[in-house]
Amino acid sequence: MAARTWRQAIRRDWQLYSLAILPLLFFVIFRYLPMVGNVIAFRRYQPGGDIFGERWVGLHYFQMFWDDPTFWQVFTNTLILGALTLVVLFPLPVVLALLLNEVRTGALKRLVQTVSYLPHFLSIVVVAGIVFQVLSVDGIVNQGLKALGEQTVPFLQQPGWFRTIYVTSEAWQTVGWGTILYLAALTTIDPDLYEAARIDGANRWRQTWHVTLPGIRPTMVTLLILNIGTFMAVGFEKILLLYNPLTYPTADVVSTYLYRVGVVSGSFSYAAAIGLFESVIGLILVLSANAISRRTVGTSLW
Amino acid sequence: MTVEAPKRDVTPTPARRNRGQLTSRGYRVFQTVNALVLTGVVVLTLYPLVNIVARSFSAEDYIRSGRVNLWPRGFNLTTYHRVMSDPTFWTNYRNTVVYTVVATAISMVLTVCYAYVLSKKNLRGRGALVGIAVFTMFFNGGLIPNYVLISGLSLRNTIWAVVLPNAISVFNLLVMKSFFESMPAELEEAAAVDGLNTYQTLLRIVLPLSKAMLATMVLFYAVFFWNSWFSAYLYLDRSEMFPVTIYLRNLIAGATGGSDVGTASEAALQIAANIQSVTIVLTVLPIMLVYPFIQRYFVSGVMLGAVKG
Repeated sequence: MAARTWRQAIRRDWQLYSLAILPLLFFVIFRYLPMVGNVIAFRRYQPGGDIFGERWVGLHYFQMFWDDPTFWQVFTNTLILGALTLVVLFPLPVVLALLLNEVRTGALKRLVQTVSYLPHFLSIVVVAGIVFQVLSVDGIVNQGLKALGEQTVPFLQQPGWFRTIYVTSEAWQTVGWGTILYLAALTTIDPDLYEAARIDGANRWRQTWHVTLPGIRPTMVTLLILNIGTFMAVGFEKILLLYNPLTYPTADVVSTYLYRVGVVSGSFSYAAAIGLFESVIGLILVLSANAISRRTVGTSLW
Repeated sequence: MTVEAPKRDVTPTPARRNRGQLTSRGYRVFQTVNALVLTGVVVLTLYPLVNIVARSFSAEDYIRSGRVNLWPRGFNLTTYHRVMSDPTFWTNYRNTVVYTVVATAISMVLTVCYAYVLSKKNLRGRGALVGIAVFTMFFNGGLIPNYVLISGLSLRNTIWAVVLPNAISVFNLLVMKSFFESMPAELEEAAAVDGLNTYQTLLRIVLPLSKAMLATMVLFYAVFFWNSWFSAYLYLDRSEMFPVTIYLRNLIAGATGGSDVGTASEAALQIAANIQSVTIVLTVLPIMLVYPFIQRYFVSGVMLGAVKG
């Protein structure tokens, strides 16, 4: 029986509420306080000073990045990397899950799953280390090039290669794990639908197209919305590990730039303005993707 | 999320398909091609990993001339000796263990408490408590305000900067909440009738019945903290406090990236590359050892989150 007033609720459930105190403190301090801390984007902040800044400067710092050519360069890089990631990495798990679903030998299916999940459990530092080893002058990729009689390529020093390297290594690490939710969704499809499709004369390909894909559509839409929400935050940690000044022209993204401006150079207010801009775009993207999908396909996160 | 719970048992696939086009020639060809493609996926995934292991056991001459592929050439343990005799490596390795244990313990306590509260459907204000947590999945303060906050709280160069800011994973929280919700309410009613208060019920009835779920959560958190590096990179300045991931990062940054490209001699780079392979292997080793045992728990944990989240 639900309590009618707060007073009753607290008297009855105070022990439960007391369990929520420490976690709430965590959320307030480490999640909501930083949100409030974004006011330093509108105030002049001195390192070591008041964490909410010294005095109001209005949109000064926003004007600054608006006029900053480097900002626009990293913004473009972010959009390109984000779009590449979305276009390449969103469909791959769907395809892999569909292929896995067609496997009749249980052993092969288990093997593929076990192996392809594995990279997900590696630290991003380890993945970066592997990328360096694989692409180094004596690494396996250059060995292959040499065997074909080609010149070796210093991949990590060339801006032209960065996007390929980033997307490929991201695919290597995430695709297998990405299939889990689709495989779960595939088990929920009603087998009678396949039966019906067969009676209507559908071959396996048509069954996939008209039964399987619509069956996992809610999952696809959900994951698509989530991916769009993280569009702006493209692999910050990984880029920080993989890039170097030589590859800045293609590798530097908004979050790495604001890291250098803020943490390395100490322009906290300016970097906070960039960061706020970035997260607001992210929030707008996720809200609009959600609204669009609710209207068009009837699936939404909330 | 919107993935629905399984409605029925999946029919064993052969039964479902034997009646269909299983025998058609096109489908048999597809099956073969599919098996080949998936085998290709396995090979592509494993190849870099096996290569790193092979390099870690190889002699530097063979690595330098690019002759190490899937099997060690000039097998030796020299580099292992060299890495393991570096006191900083061991200090950092021990730090990783300490950070992982402390952080996982804190995370578990906070997550269990909050998830338990959230699982009480009749609790007044429950919706708001859920909302407070879920909102942080879609919006966060960003790097700089967090950095300013940690500095402002004087947490820099303390273990707390590493273990506190990520103490609750909302995803894990929701998984655990749905697990608690699925427990029969009669159990706790019986406990209440027997005079147990909320804390006693949680400790003596609910948690002992949740061992499998708790183990999964411990693994989720432990792997996360074992692998994490960025908080340490951001907030720790002294090398004796670094976790092993930072040790590895510094090896990578020192050898290949950054401003000093071309300054180190090629031979030095090669030795560094060998040390990198060894450090990668040693960093990953604990996860590799438990991976075969934990993988299915992870999978079921993710499924649960997807089904009920």
